[in-house]
Amino acid sequence: MSTEELKAKLLPPLGKTHKMRYKPEKGHIQIENVSVDFGGDVFAVNDAFLEIMPGEFVCLLGPSGCGKSTLMNTVAGFVNPTYGSVKVDGMVIDKPGQDRGMVFQQHSLFPWKTVCDNVAFGPLMDGKGIDSARSTARSLLEMVGLSAYEKRFPGVLSGGMKQRVGIARALANYPSVLLMDEPFGALDAQTRAMMQENLLQIWEEFGITVIFVTHDIDEAVFLADRVVVMSASPGRLIADIKITLPRPRLAEVVTSEDYIKAKKQCMDLIRLESMRAFEQQRTTA
Amino acid sequence: MSKQSSAVISKVDGLTKDGTPVIEAGEKQATTSSEVVKPLRPVKSRVASRPWDRYLVRTLSIIGAVVIWYLCSVNHVSFIVSFENVPDPLVVGDQFLFLLGTEEFYKHIGVSIGRILISFGIASVLGVAVGILMGRSRIVADVIMPHIEILRPIPAVAWIPLAILMLPTEESSIIFITALGAFFPVVLSTLHGVEQSSEVYVRAARSLGAGKMAILRHVVLPGALPNIMSGLAIGMGVAWFSLLAGEIISGQYGIGYFTWNAYSLVEYENIVIGMLTIGGLGTTSTWLVKQASKPALRWQESER
Ligand SMILES: Nc1ncnc2c1ncn2[C@@H]1O[C@H](COP(=O)(O)OP(=O)(O)OP(=O)(O)O)[C@@H](O)[C@H]1O
Ligand SMILES: [Mg+2]
Repeated sequence: MSTEELKAKLLPPLGKTHKMRYKPEKGHIQIENVSVDFGGDVFAVNDAFLEIMPGEFVCLLGPSGCGKSTLMNTVAGFVNPTYGSVKVDGMVIDKPGQDRGMVFQQHSLFPWKTVCDNVAFGPLMDGKGIDSARSTARSLLEMVGLSAYEKRFPGVLSGGMKQRVGIARALANYPSVLLMDEPFGALDAQTRAMMQENLLQIWEEFGITVIFVTHDIDEAVFLADRVVVMSASPGRLIADIKITLPRPRLAEVVTSEDYIKAKKQCMDLIRLESMRAFEQQRTTA
Repeated sequence: MSKQSSAVISKVDGLTKDGTPVIEAGEKQATTSSEVVKPLRPVKSRVASRPWDRYLVRTLSIIGAVVIWYLCSVNHVSFIVSFENVPDPLVVGDQFLFLLGTEEFYKHIGVSIGRILISFGIASVLGVAVGILMGRSRIVADVIMPHIEILRPIPAVAWIPLAILMLPTEESSIIFITALGAFFPVVLSTLHGVEQSSEVYVRAARSLGAGKMAILRHVVLPGALPNIMSGLAIGMGVAWFSLLAGEIISGQYGIGYFTWNAYSLVEYENIVIGMLTIGGLGTTSTWLVKQASKPALRWQESER
């Protein structure tokens, strides 16, 4: 049975997908036959091909060390592909840019800048005056519910709050793509659930393309339009699964039958694809 | 299923174990339990919360030392260390009060402070600039580091002959010797601070559109600032003891000159006064540097 046939069998037909308020035009990502060689035994990313449409929310799912961060970093412009190319809206990526916002796993707010000035940093670098940069920052802080902390230093914030500021900062240049590398990995379950819900609201409001790296299947299924699965070691993309759960998704959705079904289909497909990848590896080796 | 979803289940049920409804509690709890904000100022330790105790101990410690000095001197103690010819604190105090009445003494102090300001200024600017360049460029680091390693252990006094030979005026020789001493701790601390700066901040800045200069100004420099500031405080102390060496050359003024002069004239009281004045001025100026750096490092208080 081919993968296509299998997918058709496992997954419900499209049609229930959520309608955006407006159709985003920017944030079209084309990852074309990208391989990344760090000089190790195997490629960190191996011949990845992925096209992401404007406004899509894609979760990159895979076990630790499989090359998720590396693949995302090629889109961010921190890592240049050894082979292949990454294009965003038709432009080949070779360095970081304001069109792509980053949210990191570790706390990456500048500890020496106030919360407000952290968020204002992007607009400031964009050539805006400090006053206009700060007023942009304030409106974004209001959106993430942290206006009260604008004058404080990041050190006093909790982990969840730091990540909310991190998201606000990444959005302050109104990028067309938001890249998030396990942003909620260090948070407790409760905060995490709340952050996921908030993130979806923000995503819908901004109509922005999101690549979200995670190794948590629950998180991936809850958030994504598509879950792209990466296999261990040789850094290959092995599955691309559409999640058709209705939007807006609230935390309650994880108890719904649809969600459980989607997750199960996802797990089945991952297991199947992992086995196929493993089989392929064995026969080629 | 993950914890996340079980947390949500209890929310949907609308009941907790003890039966209280929790329809809204999901969000509430998230903001109260897991979103707890650290207190504005960290809870201070017992000792730090009573700074006056500590100043009292420090003051008593100084008074104690003076008393021991007095007892040793008036009793002409001579056991391993000889106090036979050491003037006692009262004699020194008298002479000090006398000197405070002379214009000459202030002139010595004024001239030295002037030299410290110039030397420390030069050492700070050069030290920070070179330290940053070394931290950001491997080739610069490789070119400069061997010189620092070889020159740093050379004591300030050893520079006197060459300084006189190589520099145009006495004054510039003194400045050179003083600045050189202060330069090393500043450059090394700065380098250390820059090397420590975290790559994730640089990445974040780059993805927000920062260029090289902006990264230097907004990321590298502030990140290295705690190290730079402690380097400056150490440099200030070193400047004073290098100054003492440099002022050997001086023909007329400076607290170092005053001390050397007292030494050659065998004026024991003035030797002690010169030494203690340098100690006092060094302590005060180091304290001033630390105070001046506090506003720029306020963010650190929230980090711990
Ligand atoms: N800069 C680098 N130089 C050399 N090897 C690297 C570099 N960055 C990553 N690697 C290697 O590439 C592989 C993939 O790393 P990557 O960080 O992309 O994994 P990941 O899927 O993000 O893992 P995790 O879930 O733990 O974050 C790993 O084997 C890692 O050791
Ligand atoms: Mg990673």
